[in-house]
Amino acid sequence: MAMKFKFWGVRGSIPTPGPRTVKYGGNTTCIEVNNASNDLLILDAGTGIFALAQTLSGQSPIVAHIVITHTHWDHIQGLPFFLPLLSPQNQIHLYGGLDPVTQLGIERALTVQLQYSYFPIIEAQVKARVHYHTLRPGEPIQIGSTTITPIVLNHPVLNFGYRLEDSDGSSLFFTGDYETPSNPYSADDPDYASNQQFIDAKLFEVHATMQGVDALIVDSSYTDAEYAKKAGWGHNTYGGALELARQVHAKKLFLTHHEPTRDDRELETIFQNVLTKAGAVDFEVYLAREGIEHILR
Amino acid sequence: MTNLDEEQLLVFVDKMPAFRSSVQRLLLLAADLNADGREIVQVIESDPLMTVKILKVINSPFYGLAQKISSVQRAVVHLGINTIKNLALSVAAIGVLPTKNQAGFDTHAFLLHSLTTAALCKLLADRLKVPLMQGSDYFVAGLLHDFGKIVFAEFIPTAYKQVLDTAKEQEINLFQAELDILGTDHSQAGKLLAEHWGLANELVEAIDHHHSEHLHTQLGDCLFAANQISKKLGFGFAGNPVVDELPPDTAHVFGMNLEDLIIDLGDLSTIKNEALAFID
Repeated sequence: MAMKFKFWGVRGSIPTPGPRTVKYGGNTTCIEVNNASNDLLILDAGTGIFALAQTLSGQSPIVAHIVITHTHWDHIQGLPFFLPLLSPQNQIHLYGGLDPVTQLGIERALTVQLQYSYFPIIEAQVKARVHYHTLRPGEPIQIGSTTITPIVLNHPVLNFGYRLEDSDGSSLFFTGDYETPSNPYSADDPDYASNQQFIDAKLFEVHATMQGVDALIVDSSYTDAEYAKKAGWGHNTYGGALELARQVHAKKLFLTHHEPTRDDRELETIFQNVLTKAGAVDFEVYLAREGIEHILR
Repeated sequence: MTNLDEEQLLVFVDKMPAFRSSVQRLLLLAADLNADGREIVQVIESDPLMTVKILKVINSPFYGLAQKISSVQRAVVHLGINTIKNLALSVAAIGVLPTKNQAGFDTHAFLLHSLTTAALCKLLADRLKVPLMQGSDYFVAGLLHDFGKIVFAEFIPTAYKQVLDTAKEQEINLFQAELDILGTDHSQAGKLLAEHWGLANELVEAIDHHHSEHLHTQLGDCLFAANQISKKLGFGFAGNPVVDELPPDTAHVFGMNLEDLIIDLGDLSTIKNEALAFID
Protein backbone atom coordinates (compact mmCIF):
# COMPACT_ATOMS: atom_id res chain seq x y z
CA MET A 1 0.00 0.00 0.00
CA ALA A 2 1.43 3.35 -1.00
CA MET A 3 1.91 6.12 1.50
CA LYS A 4 -1.13 8.33 1.98
CA PHE A 5 -1.66 11.53 3.89
CA LYS A 6 -4.53 13.64 5.12
CA PHE A 7 -4.66 17.29 6.09
CA TRP A 8 -6.22 17.89 9.53
CA GLY A 9 -5.17 21.52 9.72
CA VAL A 10 -4.07 23.90 6.97
CA ARG A 11 -4.35 27.31 8.63
CA GLY A 12 -1.44 29.46 9.76
CA SER A 13 -1.05 31.40 12.99
CA ILE A 14 -4.45 30.98 14.69
CA PRO A 15 -7.54 28.80 14.24
CA THR A 16 -10.26 30.43 12.12
CA PRO A 17 -13.54 28.53 12.51
CA GLY A 18 -16.71 29.83 10.92
CA PRO A 19 -18.79 29.85 7.75
CA ARG A 20 -16.19 31.78 5.73
CA THR A 21 -13.54 29.09 6.10
CA VAL A 22 -15.74 26.00 6.12
CA LYS A 23 -14.46 24.61 2.81
CA TYR A 24 -10.71 24.70 3.40
CA GLY A 25 -10.91 24.52 7.17
CA GLY A 26 -9.90 26.63 10.13
CA ASN A 27 -7.61 24.37 12.15
CA THR A 28 -3.90 25.02 12.41
CA THR A 29 -1.26 22.73 10.95
CA CYS A 30 -1.54 18.96 11.29
CA ILE A 31 -0.96 16.24 8.67
CA GLU A 32 -1.58 12.54 9.19
CA VAL A 33 0.57 10.11 7.22
CA ASN A 34 0.01 6.37 6.88
CA ASN A 35 2.85 4.31 5.50
CA ALA A 36 3.25 0.82 4.07
CA SER A 37 3.90 -0.64 7.53
CA ASN A 38 0.71 1.06 8.72
CA ASP A 39 2.35 3.31 11.31
CA LEU A 40 0.57 6.41 12.51
CA LEU A 41 2.77 9.38 11.64
CA ILE A 42 1.66 12.91 12.43
CA LEU A 43 3.40 15.98 11.11
CA ASP A 44 2.86 18.89 13.53
CA ALA A 45 0.34 19.16 16.31
CA GLY A 46 -1.71 22.27 15.56
CA THR A 47 -5.37 22.30 16.55
CA GLY A 48 -6.17 19.85 13.72
CA ILE A 49 -4.73 17.02 15.83
CA PHE A 50 -7.81 17.09 18.09
CA ALA A 51 -10.14 15.90 15.31
CA LEU A 52 -7.55 13.34 14.25
CA ALA A 53 -7.46 12.00 17.82
CA GLN A 54 -11.25 11.54 17.74
CA THR A 55 -10.87 8.99 14.95
CA LEU A 56 -8.59 6.91 17.17
CA SER A 57 -11.05 6.47 20.02
CA GLY A 58 -11.74 2.83 20.80
CA GLN A 59 -8.36 1.77 19.44
CA SER A 60 -5.92 0.36 21.95
CA PRO A 61 -3.05 0.35 22.31
CA ILE A 62 -2.08 3.31 20.16
CA VAL A 63 1.45 3.97 19.00
CA ALA A 64 1.75 7.45 17.52
CA HIS A 65 4.77 9.20 16.06
CA ILE A 66 4.39 12.98 16.21
CA VAL A 67 7.04 14.84 14.24
CA ILE A 68 7.27 18.56 14.98
CA THR A 69 8.68 21.07 12.48
CA HIS A 70 9.01 23.90 15.01
CA THR A 71 7.55 25.06 18.29
CA HIS A 72 5.48 28.10 17.34
CA TRP A 73 2.01 27.81 18.86
CA ASP A 74 0.14 27.01 15.67
CA HIS A 75 2.23 23.85 15.30
CA ILE A 76 2.07 22.53 18.87
CA GLN A 77 -1.14 23.92 20.35
CA GLY A 78 -3.11 20.72 19.84
CA LEU A 79 -0.62 18.50 21.70
CA PRO A 80 -2.36 18.64 25.10
CA PHE A 81 -5.62 17.68 23.33
CA PHE A 82 -4.15 14.57 21.78
CA LEU A 83 -6.26 12.31 23.94
CA PRO A 84 -4.18 9.13 23.55
CA LEU A 85 -1.72 10.85 25.91
CA LEU A 86 -4.06 9.99 28.77
CA SER A 87 -4.15 6.19 28.48
CA PRO A 88 -1.34 4.14 30.03
CA GLN A 89 -1.34 1.49 27.31
CA ASN A 90 -0.43 4.02 24.59
CA GLN A 91 3.01 4.99 23.39
CA ILE A 92 3.62 8.47 22.01
CA HIS A 93 6.87 9.34 20.29
CA LEU A 94 7.61 13.04 19.91
CA TYR A 95 10.32 14.14 17.48
CA GLY A 96 11.94 17.53 16.92
CA GLY A 97 15.10 19.61 16.99
CA LEU A 98 17.27 21.05 19.75
CA ASP A 99 16.50 24.74 20.17
CA PRO A 100 19.74 26.68 19.57
CA VAL A 101 18.96 29.42 22.09
CA THR A 102 17.54 27.45 25.03
CA GLN A 103 19.43 24.23 24.22
CA LEU A 104 16.26 22.32 25.08
CA GLY A 105 14.81 19.45 23.07
CA ILE A 106 11.26 18.85 21.86
CA GLU A 107 10.06 17.84 25.36
CA ARG A 108 9.61 21.56 26.03
CA ALA A 109 6.73 21.68 23.52
CA LEU A 110 4.65 19.58 25.90
CA THR A 111 6.14 20.65 29.22
CA VAL A 112 5.55 24.33 28.62
CA GLN A 113 1.86 23.77 27.92
CA LEU A 114 1.06 21.32 30.72
CA GLN A 115 1.37 23.82 33.54
CA TYR A 116 -1.23 24.43 36.21
CA SER A 117 -1.91 28.02 35.11
CA TYR A 118 -2.46 27.18 31.48
CA PHE A 119 -3.98 23.73 31.38
CA PRO A 120 -5.99 21.56 33.80
CA ILE A 121 -3.78 18.52 33.29
CA ILE A 122 -0.18 18.62 34.46
CA GLU A 123 2.67 16.63 33.02
CA ALA A 124 2.65 14.06 35.82
CA GLN A 125 -0.92 13.14 34.87
CA VAL A 126 0.02 12.13 31.35
CA LYS A 127 -0.36 8.36 31.54
CA ALA A 128 0.85 7.25 28.11
CA ARG A 129 4.50 6.40 27.71
CA VAL A 130 5.99 9.44 26.02
CA HIS A 131 9.35 9.12 24.27
CA TYR A 132 11.23 12.23 23.17
CA HIS A 133 13.58 12.09 20.20
CA THR A 134 15.97 14.91 19.40
CA LEU A 135 16.64 14.89 15.67
CA ARG A 136 19.69 16.16 13.84
CA PRO A 137 19.43 17.60 10.35
CA GLY A 138 20.84 15.37 7.64
CA GLU A 139 20.61 12.29 9.89
CA PRO A 140 17.69 10.08 8.78
CA ILE A 141 15.55 8.14 11.22
CA GLN A 142 13.47 5.07 10.46
CA ILE A 143 9.86 4.64 11.54
CA GLY A 144 8.53 1.34 10.23
CA SER A 145 8.79 1.44 6.45
CA THR A 146 9.45 5.19 6.37
CA THR A 147 12.76 7.03 6.39
CA ILE A 148 12.49 10.59 7.66
CA THR A 149 15.24 13.12 6.96
CA PRO A 150 15.18 16.55 8.61
CA ILE A 151 16.74 19.69 7.15
CA VAL A 152 16.96 23.18 8.66
CA LEU A 153 14.72 25.65 6.81
CA ASN A 154 14.77 29.40 7.39
CA HIS A 155 12.18 30.69 9.89
CA PRO A 156 12.34 32.97 12.98
CA VAL A 157 12.79 29.87 15.15
CA LEU A 158 14.59 26.60 14.40
CA ASN A 159 12.39 24.85 11.83
CA PHE A 160 12.90 21.45 10.26
CA GLY A 161 11.50 20.49 6.88
CA TYR A 162 11.05 16.71 6.61
CA ARG A 163 11.41 14.34 3.72
CA LEU A 164 9.46 11.10 4.18
CA GLU A 165 10.48 8.24 1.94
CA ASP A 166 8.57 4.96 2.09
CA SER A 167 9.84 1.47 1.27
CA ASP A 168 7.96 1.48 -2.07
CA GLY A 169 9.78 4.66 -3.12
CA SER A 170 6.86 7.02 -2.60
CA SER A 171 7.93 10.29 -0.99
CA LEU A 172 6.64 13.44 0.61
CA PHE A 173 8.28 16.66 1.81
CA PHE A 174 6.73 19.07 4.27
CA THR A 175 8.41 22.44 4.86
CA GLY A 176 6.77 23.39 8.10
CA ASP A 177 7.12 27.18 8.01
CA TYR A 178 9.66 28.42 5.53
CA GLU A 179 10.85 31.63 3.94
CA THR A 180 13.41 31.32 1.17
CA PRO A 181 16.31 33.45 2.41
CA SER A 182 17.18 36.48 0.30
CA ASN A 183 20.40 38.48 0.25
CA PRO A 184 20.06 41.41 2.68
CA TYR A 185 23.03 43.24 1.16
CA SER A 186 22.74 45.50 -1.87
CA ALA A 187 24.68 44.53 -4.96
CA ASP A 188 27.39 47.15 -4.40
CA ASP A 189 28.02 46.04 -0.81
CA PRO A 190 31.32 44.16 -0.31
CA ASP A 191 29.41 41.47 1.61
CA TYR A 192 26.90 40.88 -1.19
CA ALA A 193 28.83 38.32 -3.24
CA SER A 194 29.96 36.09 -0.36
CA ASN A 195 26.48 36.18 1.17
CA GLN A 196 24.98 35.12 -2.15
CA GLN A 197 27.36 32.18 -2.23
CA PHE A 198 26.23 31.17 1.27
CA ILE A 199 22.59 31.40 0.16
CA ASP A 200 23.19 29.45 -3.04
CA ALA A 201 25.01 26.71 -1.12
CA LYS A 202 22.11 26.45 1.32
CA LEU A 203 19.49 26.40 -1.46
CA PHE A 204 21.41 23.64 -3.19
CA GLU A 205 21.18 21.56 -0.02
CA VAL A 206 17.46 22.33 0.36
CA HIS A 207 16.66 21.44 -3.25
CA ALA A 208 18.61 18.19 -2.99
CA THR A 209 16.50 17.13 0.00
CA MET A 210 13.23 17.94 -1.83
CA GLN A 211 14.33 16.50 -5.17
CA GLY A 212 11.67 14.58 -7.11
CA VAL A 213 9.17 14.13 -4.29
CA ASP A 214 5.69 12.86 -5.08
CA ALA A 215 4.10 15.43 -2.80
CA LEU A 216 5.67 18.75 -1.84
CA ILE A 217 3.74 20.53 0.90
CA VAL A 218 4.87 24.14 1.17
CA ASP A 219 4.17 27.10 3.42
CA SER A 220 2.69 29.59 0.95
CA SER A 221 1.18 32.26 3.12
CA TYR A 222 1.45 35.37 1.00
CA THR A 223 0.74 36.92 -2.33
CA ASP A 224 3.67 38.86 -3.77
CA ALA A 225 2.01 42.13 -2.76
CA GLU A 226 1.58 40.95 0.84
CA TYR A 227 5.12 39.67 0.97
CA ALA A 228 6.49 43.11 0.22
CA LYS A 229 5.31 44.12 3.70
CA LYS A 230 6.11 40.83 5.40
CA ALA A 231 9.59 39.94 4.25
CA GLY A 232 11.50 38.41 7.14
CA TRP A 233 8.39 37.05 8.87
CA GLY A 234 9.40 33.54 7.89
CA HIS A 235 6.86 32.54 5.24
CA ASN A 236 6.89 31.93 1.53
CA THR A 237 4.65 33.20 -1.26
CA TYR A 238 2.41 31.23 -3.63
CA GLY A 239 4.77 32.13 -6.45
CA GLY A 240 7.78 31.03 -4.40
CA ALA A 241 6.16 27.64 -3.73
CA LEU A 242 5.47 27.07 -7.45
CA GLU A 243 9.03 28.00 -8.29
CA LEU A 244 10.30 25.56 -5.67
CA ALA A 245 8.16 22.71 -7.05
CA ARG A 246 9.42 23.43 -10.55
CA GLN A 247 13.07 23.51 -9.44
CA VAL A 248 12.94 20.21 -7.53
CA HIS A 249 10.71 18.40 -10.05
CA ALA A 250 7.97 17.64 -7.55
CA LYS A 251 5.00 15.69 -8.90
CA LYS A 252 2.30 17.33 -6.81
CA LEU A 253 2.43 20.65 -4.98
CA PHE A 254 0.22 21.44 -2.00
CA LEU A 255 -0.06 25.05 -0.85
CA THR A 256 -0.70 25.36 2.87
CA HIS A 257 -0.45 27.64 5.94
CA HIS A 258 -3.37 29.72 4.71
CA GLU A 259 -3.51 33.20 6.18
CA PRO A 260 -6.07 33.47 9.01
CA THR A 261 -7.65 36.52 7.36
CA ARG A 262 -8.25 34.58 4.15
CA ASP A 263 -11.78 33.23 3.50
CA ASP A 264 -12.55 30.39 1.08
CA ARG A 265 -13.55 32.64 -1.78
CA GLU A 266 -10.46 34.85 -1.53
CA LEU A 267 -8.24 31.79 -1.30
CA GLU A 268 -9.69 30.39 -4.52
CA THR A 269 -9.45 33.71 -6.33
CA ILE A 270 -5.79 34.03 -5.39
CA PHE A 271 -5.23 30.42 -6.40
CA GLN A 272 -6.70 31.01 -9.88
CA ASN A 273 -4.59 34.14 -10.34
CA VAL A 274 -1.43 32.34 -9.29
CA LEU A 275 -2.10 29.45 -11.68
CA THR A 276 -2.83 31.80 -14.57
CA LYS A 277 0.33 33.73 -13.89
CA ALA A 278 2.42 30.57 -13.64
CA GLY A 279 1.29 29.27 -17.04
CA ALA A 280 1.87 25.62 -17.92
CA VAL A 281 3.61 23.56 -15.25
CA ASP A 282 4.43 19.87 -15.34
CA PHE A 283 3.13 19.10 -11.86
CA GLU A 284 -0.28 19.20 -10.20
CA VAL A 285 -1.10 22.05 -7.82
CA TYR A 286 -3.61 21.94 -4.96
CA LEU A 287 -4.74 24.17 -2.15
CA ALA A 288 -4.34 22.12 1.02
CA ARG A 289 -7.81 21.40 2.35
CA GLU A 290 -8.76 20.06 5.75
CA GLY A 291 -10.18 16.52 5.74
CA ILE A 292 -8.96 15.60 2.27
CA GLU A 293 -6.83 12.50 1.88
CA HIS A 294 -4.25 12.01 -0.87
CA ILE A 295 -2.72 8.72 -1.94
CA LEU A 296 0.80 8.87 -3.34
CA ARG A 297 1.22 7.04 -6.64
CA MET B 1 48.63 23.84 31.98
CA THR B 2 50.32 24.35 35.30
CA ASN B 3 48.20 26.90 37.09
CA LEU B 4 44.95 26.49 35.23
CA ASP B 5 42.16 24.01 35.70
CA GLU B 6 40.81 23.41 32.20
CA GLU B 7 37.36 22.34 33.37
CA GLN B 8 37.01 25.47 35.47
CA LEU B 9 38.25 27.60 32.61
CA LEU B 10 35.62 26.23 30.22
CA VAL B 11 32.80 26.80 32.70
CA PHE B 12 34.11 30.29 33.38
CA VAL B 13 34.22 31.32 29.72
CA ASP B 14 30.66 30.09 29.14
CA LYS B 15 29.54 32.68 31.67
CA MET B 16 31.80 35.51 30.52
CA PRO B 17 30.02 38.73 29.58
CA ALA B 18 30.46 40.55 26.26
CA PHE B 19 31.85 44.00 25.45
CA ARG B 20 29.94 47.08 26.51
CA SER B 21 29.61 48.64 23.07
CA SER B 22 28.11 45.58 21.40
CA VAL B 23 25.78 44.79 24.29
CA GLN B 24 24.38 48.33 24.22
CA ARG B 25 23.94 48.32 20.45
CA LEU B 26 22.37 44.89 20.41
CA LEU B 27 19.82 45.78 23.08
CA LEU B 28 18.76 48.84 21.07
CA LEU B 29 18.41 46.80 17.89
CA ALA B 30 16.56 44.01 19.68
CA ALA B 31 13.92 46.42 20.91
CA ASP B 32 13.14 47.41 17.33
CA LEU B 33 10.78 45.00 15.54
CA ASN B 34 11.99 46.31 12.18
CA ALA B 35 15.70 46.26 12.98
CA ASP B 36 17.99 45.71 10.02
CA GLY B 37 19.48 42.20 10.06
CA ARG B 38 22.73 43.54 8.59
CA GLU B 39 23.22 45.80 11.61
CA ILE B 40 22.63 42.89 13.98
CA VAL B 41 25.27 40.86 12.14
CA GLN B 42 27.69 43.80 12.30
CA VAL B 43 27.27 44.12 16.06
CA ILE B 44 27.89 40.40 16.59
CA GLU B 45 30.91 40.46 14.28
CA SER B 46 32.41 43.26 16.35
CA ASP B 47 32.36 41.21 19.56
CA PRO B 48 34.59 38.16 20.07
CA LEU B 49 32.35 36.71 22.80
CA MET B 50 29.12 37.00 20.83
CA THR B 51 30.84 35.61 17.73
CA VAL B 52 32.22 32.66 19.65
CA LYS B 53 28.80 31.87 21.10
CA ILE B 54 27.18 31.83 17.66
CA LEU B 55 29.92 29.70 16.09
CA LYS B 56 29.86 27.28 18.99
CA VAL B 57 26.15 26.63 18.48
CA ILE B 58 26.10 26.61 14.68
CA ASN B 59 28.95 24.12 14.52
CA SER B 60 27.43 21.70 16.99
CA PRO B 61 26.21 18.46 15.38
CA PHE B 62 22.60 19.43 16.13
CA TYR B 63 22.44 21.77 13.15
CA GLY B 64 23.67 19.49 10.41
CA LEU B 65 26.42 21.41 8.72
CA ALA B 66 28.44 19.36 6.27
CA GLN B 67 31.49 21.48 7.07
CA LYS B 68 32.28 23.77 9.96
CA ILE B 69 31.82 27.46 9.41
CA SER B 70 33.47 30.53 10.89
CA SER B 71 31.15 33.15 9.51
CA VAL B 72 28.34 34.90 11.36
CA GLN B 73 26.76 35.79 8.03
CA ARG B 74 26.69 32.16 7.04
CA ALA B 75 25.21 31.23 10.40
CA VAL B 76 22.40 33.68 9.64
CA VAL B 77 21.73 32.04 6.27
CA HIS B 78 21.57 28.65 8.00
CA LEU B 79 19.58 29.35 11.18
CA GLY B 80 17.85 32.65 10.36
CA ILE B 81 18.49 36.14 11.71
CA ASN B 82 16.00 35.87 14.57
CA THR B 83 17.64 32.82 16.10
CA ILE B 84 21.10 34.37 15.73
CA LYS B 85 19.86 37.60 17.33
CA ASN B 86 18.40 35.70 20.27
CA LEU B 87 21.61 33.74 20.72
CA ALA B 88 23.53 37.00 20.88
CA LEU B 89 20.97 38.39 23.33
CA SER B 90 21.61 35.45 25.63
CA VAL B 91 25.24 36.60 25.78
CA ALA B 92 24.21 40.22 26.25
CA ALA B 93 22.00 39.17 29.16
CA ILE B 94 25.04 38.01 31.14
CA GLY B 95 26.30 41.59 31.43
CA VAL B 96 29.23 43.64 30.17
CA LEU B 97 32.96 43.35 30.63
CA PRO B 98 34.39 46.18 32.73
CA THR B 99 36.49 48.63 30.67
CA LYS B 100 39.44 48.06 32.94
CA ASN B 101 39.56 44.85 34.94
CA GLN B 102 41.54 43.77 38.00
CA ALA B 103 44.46 42.69 35.82
CA GLY B 104 44.75 46.27 34.61
CA PHE B 105 43.84 45.05 31.14
CA ASP B 106 42.16 47.67 28.98
CA THR B 107 39.29 45.88 27.26
CA HIS B 108 38.55 48.81 24.94
CA ALA B 109 42.13 48.84 23.60
CA PHE B 110 42.02 45.03 23.37
CA LEU B 111 38.85 45.14 21.30
CA LEU B 112 40.35 47.75 18.98
CA HIS B 113 43.37 45.51 18.41
CA SER B 114 41.15 42.48 17.77
CA LEU B 115 38.84 44.31 15.36
CA THR B 116 41.62 45.93 13.36
CA THR B 117 43.51 42.65 13.15
CA ALA B 118 40.29 41.05 11.88
CA ALA B 119 39.78 43.68 9.18
CA LEU B 120 43.46 43.58 8.19
CA CYS B 121 43.43 39.79 8.02
CA LYS B 122 40.48 39.94 5.60
CA LEU B 123 42.21 42.66 3.59
CA LEU B 124 45.32 40.49 3.26
CA ALA B 125 43.13 37.53 2.23
CA ASP B 126 41.84 39.63 -0.69
CA ARG B 127 45.44 40.41 -1.57
CA LEU B 128 46.29 36.69 -1.69
CA LYS B 129 43.11 36.08 -3.72
CA VAL B 130 41.62 33.77 -1.13
CA PRO B 131 38.17 32.52 -2.32
CA LEU B 132 35.34 34.88 -1.41
CA MET B 133 33.48 32.44 0.84
CA GLN B 134 36.52 32.08 3.09
CA GLY B 135 36.99 35.82 3.60
CA SER B 136 34.84 35.89 6.71
CA ASP B 137 36.86 33.01 8.21
CA TYR B 138 39.92 35.27 7.96
CA PHE B 139 38.03 38.06 9.68
CA VAL B 140 36.99 35.76 12.51
CA ALA B 141 40.55 34.42 12.91
CA GLY B 142 41.73 38.00 13.47
CA LEU B 143 38.86 38.72 15.81
CA LEU B 144 39.53 35.66 17.99
CA HIS B 145 43.32 35.25 17.81
CA ASP B 146 43.94 36.93 21.20
CA PHE B 147 40.80 35.59 22.84
CA GLY B 148 42.92 33.72 25.38
CA LYS B 149 44.20 37.03 26.81
CA ILE B 150 40.81 38.39 27.74
CA VAL B 151 40.01 35.06 29.34
CA PHE B 152 43.24 35.13 31.40
CA ALA B 153 42.62 38.74 32.42
CA GLU B 154 39.18 37.82 33.75
CA PHE B 155 39.92 34.34 35.05
CA ILE B 156 43.28 34.87 36.82
CA PRO B 157 43.53 38.68 37.11
CA THR B 158 46.29 38.83 39.73
CA ALA B 159 48.67 36.50 37.93
CA TYR B 160 47.88 38.14 34.62
CA LYS B 161 48.66 41.60 35.99
CA GLN B 162 52.12 40.26 36.77
CA VAL B 163 52.40 38.93 33.21
CA LEU B 164 51.40 42.25 31.67
CA ASP B 165 53.77 44.20 33.93
CA THR B 166 56.67 41.85 33.21
CA ALA B 167 56.23 42.06 29.43
CA LYS B 168 56.08 45.83 29.68
CA GLU B 169 59.10 46.27 31.97
CA GLN B 170 61.33 43.78 30.18
CA GLU B 171 59.98 44.63 26.72
CA ILE B 172 59.52 40.96 25.89
CA ASN B 173 56.84 39.22 23.89
CA LEU B 174 53.70 38.81 25.96
CA PHE B 175 53.46 35.10 25.19
CA GLN B 176 57.00 34.69 26.55
CA ALA B 177 56.00 36.33 29.84
CA GLU B 178 52.90 34.15 29.93
CA LEU B 179 54.97 30.99 29.47
CA ASP B 180 57.42 32.08 32.17
CA ILE B 181 54.80 32.96 34.75
CA LEU B 182 51.72 30.89 33.85
CA GLY B 183 53.37 27.93 32.17
CA THR B 184 51.05 28.36 29.21
CA ASP B 185 50.19 31.17 26.81
CA HIS B 186 47.13 32.81 25.31
CA SER B 187 47.43 30.97 22.00
CA GLN B 188 47.29 27.62 23.80
CA ALA B 189 44.30 28.76 25.85
CA GLY B 190 42.65 30.10 22.70
CA LYS B 191 43.27 26.81 20.94
CA LEU B 192 41.85 24.82 23.84
CA LEU B 193 38.66 26.89 23.86
CA ALA B 194 38.29 26.90 20.08
CA GLU B 195 38.66 23.11 20.03
CA HIS B 196 36.19 22.66 22.83
CA TRP B 197 33.64 24.74 20.94
CA GLY B 198 34.08 22.69 17.81
CA LEU B 199 35.33 25.54 15.64
CA ALA B 200 36.86 24.74 12.25
CA ASN B 201 40.31 23.11 12.32
CA GLU B 202 41.91 25.89 10.25
CA LEU B 203 40.73 28.42 12.80
CA VAL B 204 41.95 26.36 15.75
CA GLU B 205 45.36 25.97 14.10
CA ALA B 206 45.64 29.64 13.21
CA ILE B 207 44.92 30.68 16.80
CA ASP B 208 47.27 28.02 18.16
CA HIS B 209 50.20 29.03 15.98
CA HIS B 210 49.87 32.77 15.73
CA HIS B 211 53.08 33.17 17.75
CA SER B 212 55.13 30.02 18.26
CA GLU B 213 55.95 27.50 15.53
CA HIS B 214 54.27 29.73 12.99
CA LEU B 215 52.41 27.54 10.50
CA HIS B 216 52.96 28.49 6.91
CA THR B 217 49.37 28.42 5.62
CA GLN B 218 47.52 31.22 3.86
CA LEU B 219 45.42 31.85 6.94
CA GLY B 220 48.49 31.62 9.21
CA ASP B 221 50.42 34.08 7.05
CA CYS B 222 47.57 36.59 6.86
CA LEU B 223 46.90 36.39 10.58
CA PHE B 224 50.55 36.78 11.52
CA ALA B 225 50.99 39.81 9.25
CA ALA B 226 47.68 41.42 10.26
CA ASN B 227 48.58 41.08 13.94
CA GLN B 228 51.98 42.73 13.46
CA ILE B 229 50.53 45.55 11.31
CA SER B 230 47.89 46.33 13.91
CA LYS B 231 50.54 46.49 16.63
CA LYS B 232 53.01 48.45 14.52
CA LEU B 233 50.41 51.10 13.71
CA GLY B 234 49.27 51.26 17.33
CA PHE B 235 45.65 50.31 16.53
CA GLY B 236 44.61 49.58 20.09
CA PHE B 237 46.74 47.50 22.43
CA ALA B 238 46.46 43.93 23.65
CA GLY B 239 49.36 43.85 26.09
CA ASN B 240 52.21 42.92 23.77
CA PRO B 241 54.95 45.60 23.46
CA VAL B 242 56.89 43.67 20.79
CA VAL B 243 56.30 43.82 17.02
CA ASP B 244 57.84 40.89 15.14
CA GLU B 245 59.25 40.95 11.60
CA LEU B 246 57.52 38.58 9.13
CA PRO B 247 59.11 35.11 9.04
CA PRO B 248 60.91 34.52 5.70
CA ASP B 249 58.18 32.24 4.30
CA THR B 250 55.49 34.78 5.10
CA ALA B 251 57.49 37.68 3.67
CA HIS B 252 57.91 35.57 0.54
CA VAL B 253 54.16 35.06 0.20
CA PHE B 254 53.52 38.80 0.30
CA GLY B 255 56.66 39.51 -1.71
CA MET B 256 58.00 42.01 0.83
CA ASN B 257 58.83 42.58 4.48
CA LEU B 258 56.52 44.04 7.11
CA GLU B 259 57.51 47.67 6.61
CA ASP B 260 57.08 47.54 2.84
CA LEU B 261 53.79 45.69 3.19
CA ILE B 262 52.43 48.46 5.40
CA ILE B 263 53.51 51.09 2.88
CA ASP B 264 52.10 49.05 0.01
CA LEU B 265 48.70 48.70 1.71
CA GLY B 266 48.35 52.48 1.66
CA ASP B 267 46.18 54.46 4.05
CA LEU B 268 44.93 52.08 6.75
CA SER B 269 43.39 54.72 8.99
CA THR B 270 39.89 53.86 7.71
CA ILE B 271 40.30 50.41 9.25
CA LYS B 272 41.01 51.95 12.62
CA ASN B 273 38.21 54.51 12.26
CA GLU B 274 35.64 51.93 11.23
CA ALA B 275 36.54 49.80 14.23
CA LEU B 276 36.42 52.81 16.53
CA ALA B 277 33.00 53.75 15.21
CA PHE B 278 31.82 50.42 16.54
CA ILE B 279 33.31 50.42 19.98
CA ASP B 280 33.07 54.03 21.11
